[in-house]
Amino acid sequence: MTSLKAYFNSYTEAAPLAVFRILFGLMMLWSIIRFWSYGWIDKLYIQPQFHFSYFGFEWVKPLGIYTYIIFAICGLSAILVAIGYRYRLAIVLFFLSFTYIELMDKTTYLNHYYFISILSFLLLFLPANAYFSLDAKRNPKTAFQYIPKWNIDAIKLLLGIVYFYAGLAKLNSDWLGRAMPLKIWLPSKFDIPLIGNFMGAEWVHYAFSWGGTLYDLSIPFLLLWSRTRTFAFVLVVIFHVLTRVLFPIGMFPYIMIVSALIFFGNGFHKKVLGFLAKILKLNISIFDNGKQKPVKLNVGNQFSQGIIVAFFAMQLLLPWRYMLYPGELFWTEQGYRFSWRVMLMEKAGYAQFKVVDPHTGKWFYVDNTKFLTRFQEKQMAFQPDFILEYAHFLDRYYQKTAQIENPEVYVECYVALNGRRSRPYIDSTIDLSKEKENFKTKNWILPFHDTIKGI
Amino acid sequence: MKKFWFLSVLIAGLFIWSCSSDNPEEVIPDDDGIPLIFDRGALLENWADNIILPAYESFQLQLEALSTSYAVFSEDRSTTNLEAFRSAWLSAYMAWQQVSLFEIGPTETAGLRLNINTYPTDVSLIGQFVATGDYDLSLPSNRDAKGFPALDYILNGLEADDTTLLTRFDDPNLLAYVQDVLDDMSSLTNTVVDEWQTSFRDAFVANDGSSVNASVDRFVNDYIFYYERFLRAGKMGIPAGVFSGTPEPQTVEAFYDAEISNMLFLEGLTTVQDFFNGRHFGSNETGESLASYLQFLDTTADGEALDVVINNQYELARTQVEALNPFLQEIEENVPVPTNLLLAYDEVQRIVPLIKVDMLSALNISVDFVDADGD
Repeated sequence: MTSLKAYFNSYTEAAPLAVFRILFGLMMLWSIIRFWSYGWIDKLYIQPQFHFSYFGFEWVKPLGIYTYIIFAICGLSAILVAIGYRYRLAIVLFFLSFTYIELMDKTTYLNHYYFISILSFLLLFLPANAYFSLDAKRNPKTAFQYIPKWNIDAIKLLLGIVYFYAGLAKLNSDWLGRAMPLKIWLPSKFDIPLIGNFMGAEWVHYAFSWGGTLYDLSIPFLLLWSRTRTFAFVLVVIFHVLTRVLFPIGMFPYIMIVSALIFFGNGFHKKVLGFLAKILKLNISIFDNGKQKPVKLNVGNQFSQGIIVAFFAMQLLLPWRYMLYPGELFWTEQGYRFSWRVMLMEKAGYAQFKVVDPHTGKWFYVDNTKFLTRFQEKQMAFQPDFILEYAHFLDRYYQKTAQIENPEVYVECYVALNGRRSRPYIDSTIDLSKEKENFKTKNWILPFHDTIKGI
Repeated sequence: MKKFWFLSVLIAGLFIWSCSSDNPEEVIPDDDGIPLIFDRGALLENWADNIILPAYESFQLQLEALSTSYAVFSEDRSTTNLEAFRSAWLSAYMAWQQVSLFEIGPTETAGLRLNINTYPTDVSLIGQFVATGDYDLSLPSNRDAKGFPALDYILNGLEADDTTLLTRFDDPNLLAYVQDVLDDMSSLTNTVVDEWQTSFRDAFVANDGSSVNASVDRFVNDYIFYYERFLRAGKMGIPAGVFSGTPEPQTVEAFYDAEISNMLFLEGLTTVQDFFNGRHFGSNETGESLASYLQFLDTTADGEALDVVINNQYELARTQVEALNPFLQEIEENVPVPTNLLLAYDEVQRIVPLIKVDMLSALNISVDFVDADGD
């Protein structure tokens, strides 16, 4: 207990957090510009006439043409975070706008977007503007050279959780025992320079599967230990560059490479800032005021400490919630998201909806392209919560436009997982318009008829 | 121990690096001498040189024959010449079913499918065009007044018997209209085939990589799109009423000569299946194909090879459709529900998940236009 108390009272240089803040802000700005320039705001959020919502967040919707404003706010607040100007307000705005964007349509769910959301949430509570920021320059009273050590360790912990849980998720018989889904994905990467010719070899699929698992499980520890840190960072770069070359994963590799710098010591970060100061013609010594950020024992502080503890407890527990559901996780996806299950499945589906007028017995199939984009249709076809939400939409739509009273909505759905033959996925005799969305087991998902052993 | 793992991973990485060939064309065989990577270039060559181009050339010849027979008919409007023109129309329509699938590159740019075979045809628009002699067939809005369906209406729907029809052809406007429809079909087709032959064939074959824009990925998507939308839904599902709840008999292909709708469908189905098996046009020889690609990848989950499963389903669908009366008759004689037609449709439908889910998944081809990050 005393050592824990001592730990929370120990201080370290604020430089690593400042470097992290700057790089984080710049990466986010780049992400937003990239997203905008590809026309994805229009394509993913404005053009679709229907959006898939997260349970409980149905009220979060794109705002038509004003959706661009949310992205603008997000990009501008990222700049403010980077330069450390009105940091608290900037990071609040960033967290809210970014999270709003992610909640607008779960079709685009990516683990790395979730990572950005929770990381920016954590940053709300960290004094990232104490050092090398416009705030600290404008108001020297708020400038501190030293901050509590846990402020920096919190980010390391979050990164460690991401990697370690991603590694745990790979401990299953598909990934390790069958080299799935890499066995499907890698052979089609034959046109990559240098290594392309080997992508068809089975041993390469196994080497990548096992190597990836070992990497994920051990990299947090290798980064923590100073003797292996440089080597670990080289691995981080190789690993993420490789994933970037092989898979269309956007900004994630760069964000992880840059984030891993937080593990390096104060000396490294001071050098980085010194270099930056030279370019910006700033006198870095004004930040080296020797002051420690005092820890005030007021209610507000205790409250935010409570939130951080709850936050990490949730991060540690949430990925295990799938154990509360029966059936194979990869098949039912109940408790799949928000758990660092990254690139574990080659899963595809086909869903044909049938609308029946219960009064006349008349029925017809739905042309999904009438309501959904191809991306939405693809994502919908193998995720039960999407299928249900879409069925409810169809129920409302045909009630309104076709004057069918209480239409029944059935789906004939086939899903293939990790190289297995496609199988019926949803009970086609169940009228989905009568099923409710909630956290309970969706017992209209048909059984998997195979087992995937492991975590 | 921990260190040792990483050393081995690193050594493996370096090994890959150092053994890599600078020449990406070279295919490295494994110990048994079997190449590790499927040769997509050979697949594309087989598609282009043995299937697509010969099919287009055959279609081109059929269109020429159709024009010639119309020229003969225009000169001497006898019943015999009308019969000959009609049978040339049918041959060309069948030949069209053998190329309709290949909507990529110049064909896609020209929108050949919509220009040649949009149905149901707009009878009143055709009537208006013939009456006034004032029309521009190149306009997208006039697609449903030309192509095979317009000829179907004029040849088989305008009059109940040939004697009356022949007198209708005394109208120079009608003569000119049919000529313009034929010219429109020929010129569009010639442009497309010419571009395939001179430039696109090489570009198509050379683009042998794997990305959303690579030829294989693009064309497999087009293949599925054709199957779902034009073969399954257009020729069968929509007339059967599966998307509307009520049969729509007026939407069958070749409505005015509805005896042939099934034949046109089956020709399309054969084309799709032959293409899947890489069967050379007009021959029993086969080359690299989606089937051989699946065999190469050894997709034998659940004990049965995927290419066999797909072929079996194609056969089952064919058998069911072959047993049907003409689609129109099935619809009109089985009110309100054309049960046999729907049962056959179910078998046609069952191919969709097999090619769209299992095959795409096995080939790791992503669904078209889905351009967003993954993780």
